[in-house]
Amino acid sequence: MKFLRAVALVALASPLVANAAGAELHLDKAPVSFENKSLQNGAKLFVNYCLNCHGASFLRYNRLKDIGLTEDQIRDNLMFTADKVGEQMKVAIRADEAKAWFGATPPDLTVIARARASEFGSGADWLYTYLRSFYRDEKRPTGWNNTVFANVGMPHVLWELQGEQVARFAEKDDGSGNKTKHFEGFEVVKAGKMEKAEYDQNVADLVSFIVWMGEPAQQTRKQIGVVVIAVLSLLALVAFALKKAYWKDVH
Amino acid sequence: MTSKPQALLNWIDERFPLTSTYKAHLAEYYAPKNFNFWYFFGSLALLVLVIQIVTGIFLVMHYKPDASLNAAGVPVAFASVEYIMRDVPGGWIIRYMHSTGASAFFVVVYLHMFRGLLYGSYRKPRELVWVFGTLIFLCLMAEAFMGYLLPWGQMSFWGAQVIVNLFAAIPVIGPDLSVFIRGDYVVSDATLNRFFAFHVIAVPLVLLGLVVAHLVALHEVGSNNPDGVEIKKKKDAKGVPLDGIPFHPYYTVKDIFGVAVFLIVFSAILFFAPEGGGYFLEFNNFIPADPLKTPPHIAPVWYFTPFYSILRAVTSDFLIIMQAGVAAIWVWSLMRAPFIGKAIATAAAVVLIPGMFFIDAKFWGVVMMGAGVVVLGFLPWLDQSPVLSIRYKGALTKTAIAIFVVAFVILGYLGVLPPTPMRNLTAQICTVIYFAFFALMPIYTKLDKTKPVPERVTWK
Repeated sequence: MKFLRAVALVALASPLVANAAGAELHLDKAPVSFENKSLQNGAKLFVNYCLNCHGASFLRYNRLKDIGLTEDQIRDNLMFTADKVGEQMKVAIRADEAKAWFGATPPDLTVIARARASEFGSGADWLYTYLRSFYRDEKRPTGWNNTVFANVGMPHVLWELQGEQVARFAEKDDGSGNKTKHFEGFEVVKAGKMEKAEYDQNVADLVSFIVWMGEPAQQTRKQIGVVVIAVLSLLALVAFALKKAYWKDVH
Repeated sequence: MTSKPQALLNWIDERFPLTSTYKAHLAEYYAPKNFNFWYFFGSLALLVLVIQIVTGIFLVMHYKPDASLNAAGVPVAFASVEYIMRDVPGGWIIRYMHSTGASAFFVVVYLHMFRGLLYGSYRKPRELVWVFGTLIFLCLMAEAFMGYLLPWGQMSFWGAQVIVNLFAAIPVIGPDLSVFIRGDYVVSDATLNRFFAFHVIAVPLVLLGLVVAHLVALHEVGSNNPDGVEIKKKKDAKGVPLDGIPFHPYYTVKDIFGVAVFLIVFSAILFFAPEGGGYFLEFNNFIPADPLKTPPHIAPVWYFTPFYSILRAVTSDFLIIMQAGVAAIWVWSLMRAPFIGKAIATAAAVVLIPGMFFIDAKFWGVVMMGAGVVVLGFLPWLDQSPVLSIRYKGALTKTAIAIFVVAFVILGYLGVLPPTPMRNLTAQICTVIYFAFFALMPIYTKLDKTKPVPERVTWK
């Protein structure tokens, strides 16, 4: 066993020798909350600001009952494009027209939080940073650019809440004469309806909703998991005792 | 007067070998009493196979192998997986069992194979047990590869595109062969449907047949054990091996404990980290397949990465090393091997060495990737040690196995990363180690100083 342990140690440590490289992406940690209050605010923001261009075509409106809303609340406040609460959150925009307007068809957002996860952070971190990183760029057709997603086709739909900011870049020499642009920070040039902290909180709620939407069963999943593992632990104990009892006469 | 249940059993036994089969494979199948931790993984592999088949049946009830776009512009196949995750009651748990099960299958099978490697379970008379096992591994890879296309995400699509394109590297027939496999010029609806058919019917049928063959062969010769001692050599008056105990109830109760512990680990992943940090469900696969958008980095799922690394390691400047390797084996065979070995080595050298000058490195990468799996099947004849178990093998073999394991893990790790020159060199070194482990095995296992093997199994 000593031999095996040594092999296992070396085998586990070996990946550390090969170092990871690639373009760095600095993401802020998203304060995701599954409180109904946050999710409901997120749902409101999502329906008002995102659902015009992006669908959430795997999610049915009545699933929002899971975040503490009643069917009447859903119908009266959140359904702009559907008639029945059993319908999916589809979008009225046509894919071909959207492509003509933005250069790319806005993707369906139902599972976007899962798709955007990477070695740099969770999908929530990506979305949280992305939605706070739009800046004014007159070179872009929409007038907006983004430090997380360069030359993105999407304009800053939350601008009236956040206000307008510009990005400061510094040129850096990488040592071999190549000049690269490094992002240094944002400067607010026009205030929005919200203060920075308030805006960040609202984006956090929106991101929380998108994370919830990516897998509505995720909270249930963890709750069931605790019970399953508790029961299995009991089974393991009983099975161990049974094994001991049977093996008593093996010499 | 026999009791009613006994009468029924007699009625069956006169028509079907129920009692005798039960005795031959469970109640009177004698397994060595000294099985350790490593011996759990065989029964666990069987458990995962059952999990995959049962969950698979339920998934097929709702999954739709259809690459066309639905009204919302999402491929139907991708949407049907999300339908299972949301609208099918309990669907998410079935789907996660299946996706976690795929990775769990490879975890237990890799550990099961490593057990065989440690204790020489492939040695005479268990060669066929091992060969069937290698074929099961090959089938499992095909099954996993084709199953991975079905969610129709970006990694499903581009992974399949990359792998099927490899067949195009075969000289003359390659391009037509790859079209034949796909049923189209690119991975498409035709590919999705045929992979679906293979994944749910063809490959599982072969897999089940091979599992039966694996077990029948095993029960014919009996299990090996951590000491590599043949328990059938020492029997009592009734012909029962002295170190053997009936599989049932002893190993059934022991395996129930193993199953419970395994299920705890399995559930921990399933319920708390079903994505496995992006290794069990790749993040990019939550984006629907888009034939017009190639992802910047296409990585196979973790269980394929060691072999994928071998594939990538074979660049045109690596061919000279392979030619040298083939030449070395040829020369060695001329000096040491029996006639049949000389003939095979000569034929191989005559084809391979010039072949590597004329045919693209990509093709030889595919060959090496395949060889990496197939070479496992030859272990029974490569190992020339007088002892079976690592417990009685010498430092030479232990070192070789240790280096092999490290090289295999590094290959696996490099396979998930985008290539760089440094990583490629590392992968090439590890590829050489991987194949040298097998090619040099007849030499170092013979040279090795072994310890004396006890008469009976050791048992605390």
